[in-house]
Amino acid sequence: MRAAGLWSSLVALAAALLLPWYLLQDGIAATPLANLAWLTDPDFAPAAGQVLAEGRWWLLPALLAPALGLLSALLPLARPVRAAGFLVAGAGGLLALLAQGYAIGVQGWSAPWLEALGPMESRQFGIGWGGAVVPLALAVLLAAGLAGRGAFRGDAFTAAVAVLVAGSIGLFTAMPLVLLLGDAFRDPSGALAAGAVFGRLADDRLWSLGCLAGAPRCGVVWNTLLLGTLVGASTTAMGLAFALLVTRGRLRWARGLRWLTVLPIVTPPFILGLGLILIFGRSGLVSNAASAWFGLELGRWIYGLPGVLLAQLFAFTPIAFLVLIGVVEGLSPTLEEASSTLRATPRETFATVTLPLLRPGIANAFLLGFVESMADFGNPVVLGGNFGVLATEIFFAVVGAQADAGRAATLSLILLALALGAFSLQRWLTARKSYVSIGGKGDGGLAPPLPAGVRRLCLSVALPWAALTVILYGLALSGGFVEIWGRDYTPTFRHMVKAFDIEGGQLTGLAWNSVITTVTLAAIAAPVTAALGIAAAWLFSRTRFAGRGVLEFATMLSFAVPGTVIGVAYLRAFNLPPLELAGTGAIIVACFVFRNLPVGLRSGMAAMAQIDPSLDEASHTLGGGGGDAFRRVVLPLLRPAIVAGLVYAFVRAMTTISAVIFLVTADTELATVFIVNRVINGDYGLAIAVAVVLIALMVVMLGLAQLLVGRRRIGRRAAVPVVATRGAVA
Amino acid sequence: MSRAAEVRFERVWKRFGANSVAVRDVSFTVPAGTLCTLLGPSGCGKTTTLRMIAGLEYPSEGRVLIGGRDVSALPPAERDVSMVFQSYALFPHMTVLENVCYGLTVSRRPRREAEAAGRAALDSVGLAGFDARLPSELSGGQQQRVAVARALVLEPSVLLFDEPLSNLDARLRRRMREEIRELQQRLGVTVVYVTHDQAEALAISDKIIVMNQAVIAQEGTPRDLYENPASAFVAGFVGEANRLPATLRRLDGQEGEVRVAEARLVLAHRGLPDGPAELALRPEAIAVLPAADPAAMLSGRVSKAAYLGGVVEYTVDTGAGEVFVVSPASAGAHAPGEPVGLRFGTHGAALLPGA
Repeated sequence: MRAAGLWSSLVALAAALLLPWYLLQDGIAATPLANLAWLTDPDFAPAAGQVLAEGRWWLLPALLAPALGLLSALLPLARPVRAAGFLVAGAGGLLALLAQGYAIGVQGWSAPWLEALGPMESRQFGIGWGGAVVPLALAVLLAAGLAGRGAFRGDAFTAAVAVLVAGSIGLFTAMPLVLLLGDAFRDPSGALAAGAVFGRLADDRLWSLGCLAGAPRCGVVWNTLLLGTLVGASTTAMGLAFALLVTRGRLRWARGLRWLTVLPIVTPPFILGLGLILIFGRSGLVSNAASAWFGLELGRWIYGLPGVLLAQLFAFTPIAFLVLIGVVEGLSPTLEEASSTLRATPRETFATVTLPLLRPGIANAFLLGFVESMADFGNPVVLGGNFGVLATEIFFAVVGAQADAGRAATLSLILLALALGAFSLQRWLTARKSYVSIGGKGDGGLAPPLPAGVRRLCLSVALPWAALTVILYGLALSGGFVEIWGRDYTPTFRHMVKAFDIEGGQLTGLAWNSVITTVTLAAIAAPVTAALGIAAAWLFSRTRFAGRGVLEFATMLSFAVPGTVIGVAYLRAFNLPPLELAGTGAIIVACFVFRNLPVGLRSGMAAMAQIDPSLDEASHTLGGGGGDAFRRVVLPLLRPAIVAGLVYAFVRAMTTISAVIFLVTADTELATVFIVNRVINGDYGLAIAVAVVLIALMVVMLGLAQLLVGRRRIGRRAAVPVVATRGAVA
Repeated sequence: MSRAAEVRFERVWKRFGANSVAVRDVSFTVPAGTLCTLLGPSGCGKTTTLRMIAGLEYPSEGRVLIGGRDVSALPPAERDVSMVFQSYALFPHMTVLENVCYGLTVSRRPRREAEAAGRAALDSVGLAGFDARLPSELSGGQQQRVAVARALVLEPSVLLFDEPLSNLDARLRRRMREEIRELQQRLGVTVVYVTHDQAEALAISDKIIVMNQAVIAQEGTPRDLYENPASAFVAGFVGEANRLPATLRRLDGQEGEVRVAEARLVLAHRGLPDGPAELALRPEAIAVLPAADPAAMLSGRVSKAAYLGGVVEYTVDTGAGEVFVVSPASAGAHAPGEPVGLRFGTHGAALLPGA
């Protein structure tokens, strides 16, 4: 406790004395270190310089709080007194810095009533390294104080992890959403108007049922719900057929089908939409053939509900497959054997034992499909046409000619409510009835083969679908290697060259910039995501403290929140000081980290559940603190899960589009955004060329990880599987 | 339930894959209405044998007959057999009554009749009134009884148990095994029972089949196996045994003179030739006497003594090696280091082929 307080005070003090307090336009590397003048330069000065040279007295807490912490650590005090010192220094310093950050903005006082405190000449922009490190260290100081006062069973490490996880979740998940939803209650001028939300909610464009009465379209809420329900139901049926076939179908090539599960992980979700356009679009293969051979004009039917539905079916069936295969494999074959010894025929066993036991998994897969469909932005934007859904409407409310922040917030509110509703329903369903096999040791029997009728049904659904998926991917990807799709099918590397040309050592290709940015930002985000995920998993599964449940819920929240909503919320929350991140790479990294955190958290918790808590307890009884148990016992055992988490965080960051499309600028354009923009412009060749490179990159990553993790085994226990997808969250 | 059936294996093989033989050329008969135990260490093939009776595995070669009918190729639903699984395999999504009635329900019995039979079965295992509970709301012992009731309700001619007590604690295990034996006696049903616990097997069986490495090591009544083990494996697996190097000299008739170091005794020679052999000696068949006692056959020195209440366990160093002895506490005490004489009883001593 004392060591934690001492070190955090020292770090805070050093940062206040040495690190530039405010955000630097050209990055920290631009600091003119040649002479010491930068220490008092208004742009570069650390907190100390800002106070002395600029008279920014409100930054004094950045110096005083660490000093108090240092004093408490060094003076010979009783433990409770020292802890109280840490507590006051940490909490007081944080509060003071927070207050000044929000009170003094770009134009002096940020609220009129603050004028009462006297005139404010100074202006403040976003915080930089100094402004970030000092509060971070003060948070650790606060945690040390809490531990010293007996919270977290007196363990400073647990306290620090809890405070940091809680703080970052609060800042990067809860705060943006609260701010965004607040916008729904403001009128266009920004003033609070509780009634505004009702006007927007009553908008006919949301709820109209006109299409039933022959009008051209229905409200976007109905569209979203319809699409979600259709996609959820069909992907579940399809996924179940695949899962049953692979596990019980006695197929020789069942392993091949498993590869389908890898596809959605490495593919940006809208690639399938693109493939559909290349086949059924106006100049698609099938459309051209139909008009050339039969004189049929198929027209634009693919743009709208049919196209989006089809694309999402292709995109999300593998996710349902992945969820259900886990559930089917988790069934204890003994139950089915017991049924057969009780005179049940295979068909009766399937109907009365197998299917009922699968029910929670089926509900789970349906809701996942539903949520995925609602959150999907790429396919509707590529294929939607006039068929608007919430995810795309939010986008157009922000970037369109209307630029109506209130409307975007209201639409986000609805989408969030739908997603959270589905999500809680799913959790409730899964938690309600315990279908976990009871009894101690298992018998390890054989899973019975599928009844013949069921097997035929599954085959008739799954085989054509698998073939179609392969064809679609093949066509979608081959589109990058022909002159102009629909007119000139001459093979060419033209698009590849245009995207990734190198001339005289210069990267002159159009896509280099975005691909390098993507890889860099994803590579920064991945370790942070994995570390935070593992730390949070450890916290939630191995420690007990007040508020743990709330914190866990808040962490999982960002999984249920559709990407578009997160994007808008980040834009809203982080474009003003003190956290002025909009336009920087930092906001994209933060978005990657907190969007993917729940996945890392879940796989971390699953891995940790396999490690007997008595191992931690053994470490404790042998005199180790919480930190020792974590570092020396849990972490080494978790290594496979950590590698998996890293790779997954990286790959997901590379393929995401919905959230980041709001956050990119010309400087920080990402590969997925680059591709979608090319698709919207009709430049399919270039778009596909870049997508092919992205996919190849990720396949290599996954292969390497499989190689790394696949070999690691501890005793007889198999390593944690590498590929957890969005589905694994459930 | 008077239609108990005989179970018969005729030269049955079971192979998994190319090189793995789980059951090798096994033949045995379980007479109708008896309780027969398949006993052996894990991996010896006993569970596979049981699963072949149930129809959950099919023999690679040979025939399985139940009540004289060849069932080798029949699925489980068409054999007159029920099974209690090691994990009980209760359906977690059904209530206790639904579990018990399951077999009757899928046999298309009228619901009223099925439920009455189910209640009667629950009653017979002492679980009346638990109908509406879910299996997860029962204790381990109660789950075990539900599993038994579910198997009984079909009135099978053969009842199979796959290590049914291994998930229970020691005290409950003892009570449940008595209940199973009592139930079998009352119903007169044929029971085949798999276990790796020799005490359990000795306590409840009419007949024990000891298996080792995919073959039958020995079969017989509990007393047979304990007193006349056919091999060192059986001697060691069924109860504890000292194995001492011996020399045999055949006498007239069935007997032979056996020498172990300086001790001599006369035992059945069991067809073994003259020369080196091995003497399997139960620890309780040896008496520890004062060194000077004229009845002593083998002299030695106590190296360890452990007082366990009713009995004292000694380890005695002798000219034939270490000898482990379990002696009644009432027979007096000997301290470690004390020279003693050992006297072997003929009851609990058996001659085995030399190592």
